[in-house]
Amino acid sequence: MANDIAIPEDSVGIVSPLCARFDTPLTLKSGAVLPGFELMYETYGALNATRSNAVLVCPALSGHHHAAGIHADAPKNTGWWDNLIGPGKPLDTRRFFVIAVNNLGGCHGSTGPMSINPDTGKPWGADFPVVTVEDWVAAQALLADRLGIDCWAAIIGGSLGGMQAMSWSIHHPSRVRNALVIASAPKLTAQNIAFNEVARQAIITDPDFHGGHFYEHNTLPRRGLRLARMLGHITYQSDDLMAEKFGRRLREGGRKFSFEVEFEVESYLRYQGDKFAGSFDANTYLLATRALDYFDPAHDAGGDLAAAFAPATADFLLVSFSTDWRFAPSRSREIVDALMRNGRNVSYAEIESSAGHDSFLLDDPHYHAVLRAYFDNITV
Amino acid sequence: MTALDGRIDYDVIAGWVSPGARVLDLGCGDGALLRHLQESRGATGYGVEIDIDRVIAGMKNGINVLQIDLEKGLYDFVDQSFDLVIISNALQTLHRTEKLLTEMLRVGREAVVSFPNFAYWKHRVAIMEGHMPVSDRLPYQWYDTPNVRFFTIADFEALCEKLGIAIRERLVLDDAGQPVQDEPNFLGSFALYRLGGARG
Repeated sequence: MANDIAIPEDSVGIVSPLCARFDTPLTLKSGAVLPGFELMYETYGALNATRSNAVLVCPALSGHHHAAGIHADAPKNTGWWDNLIGPGKPLDTRRFFVIAVNNLGGCHGSTGPMSINPDTGKPWGADFPVVTVEDWVAAQALLADRLGIDCWAAIIGGSLGGMQAMSWSIHHPSRVRNALVIASAPKLTAQNIAFNEVARQAIITDPDFHGGHFYEHNTLPRRGLRLARMLGHITYQSDDLMAEKFGRRLREGGRKFSFEVEFEVESYLRYQGDKFAGSFDANTYLLATRALDYFDPAHDAGGDLAAAFAPATADFLLVSFSTDWRFAPSRSREIVDALMRNGRNVSYAEIESSAGHDSFLLDDPHYHAVLRAYFDNITV
Repeated sequence: MTALDGRIDYDVIAGWVSPGARVLDLGCGDGALLRHLQESRGATGYGVEIDIDRVIAGMKNGINVLQIDLEKGLYDFVDQSFDLVIISNALQTLHRTEKLLTEMLRVGREAVVSFPNFAYWKHRVAIMEGHMPVSDRLPYQWYDTPNVRFFTIADFEALCEKLGIAIRERLVLDDAGQPVQDEPNFLGSFALYRLGGARG
């Protein structure tokens, strides 16, 4: 089948996920201990002889290890950041060895709520411990050790992924030469936590959630996940973009005076919600939104973000998008400010884009030119 | 930037930068000046630029570039956090002149300002002949110029006086890039200043 697939020249092509197993117990920030764990990852390009060209791609809320290329058995399932990663693309796999991971607590093969709890022989479900950005970074660091990567040429992430890049720069300063933090924030605002809480409540109050042990009941809290994703989608886009994409257009031209799907935007949201509810784990969604809520490096430094970044030695690139109101440009400016106070090398671009928070996944020419210029100046 | 910008202006500014100085370059364009200061004086710091294409050019040049709108001020830069704040051939493109000059000396111990002299004799001739001046230093038509403030050496010095800004050094250049001693406001087409706070 794979032979029939036309692979673009700038694609990394057919890739296979890999699994790293760690049998040493991992103590999480909460104090809980995972007896061992597995991380799924993919790699693109080749590690050079001096091991100086490795780039870590940190996933956002619903991201995972399949960031580029296609799988032989699913040729339509292109990686989530395929427009960025590949030969000749801004993150050029002819120069860099790129690694993308599925984090702890994920639902794409890494140890998470769907995995078997060795103590019970049943899926962890809601008993899977709450994981933080710092825990993810600790697990990623063990993967780096395993792969012989002492120092990343760069770590890049958007949104929640950007938080992982920041956390690396603070907790493992000698292991990161460049941190690329896209559409992110130094901590969530109350409004942002509130959106996460509504999403979680949608899931938790779904009768099919069964307190997080829905696997045992052979069901899924589809309605809750669907609502959570619909809400997310609204906040990841801008008012302008939704007006442009859907406006007030009706699907069938006239009002039916019903509560069926009449407006195009309703149809879009339901489609996105259904698609997500069928492919994502509800417990993972709870864990990932909580990791977002908890991220606050300044909290451990007396509320002073500049003090939090004091250990960092990396060079930084910050990028924000003009219509991103969930991770607004002003939030990236807070990070820039804290880095300048520490005298760090930092560049910052605020990209004009109509696509809101989702812009970081798109291939806006200015955005990609910024990333390309930055990556091109990284020595390997 | 005009054909006359380049090494002469840059070398003058470089001479005002102490080795290893921390520099903020406002309106840094493609970053050529900041790169020159890094290479010739071991300076470190940041360029500020509003135009995304120039931000990208600055990154290609290997400098730190921050895409910030100077019209909104330097509000998130810490007091006295730079040795030198430079605005090279860009002050005339910004509206809030007084605010910016004051802010530059809040953020930096010293400031460098360079600008084209509107009262240069060739510009006066153009006005006498009934037209807005177009020259190597003012290379735009009135309808496409990025400049929004039109001022002279005499005007600038009067504003410094008003704001309590001390002029520590001044260099005025003619069209050929040669220093002008006599009648600078008439014979000079470009001026560079090293400024400090009045009591600095």
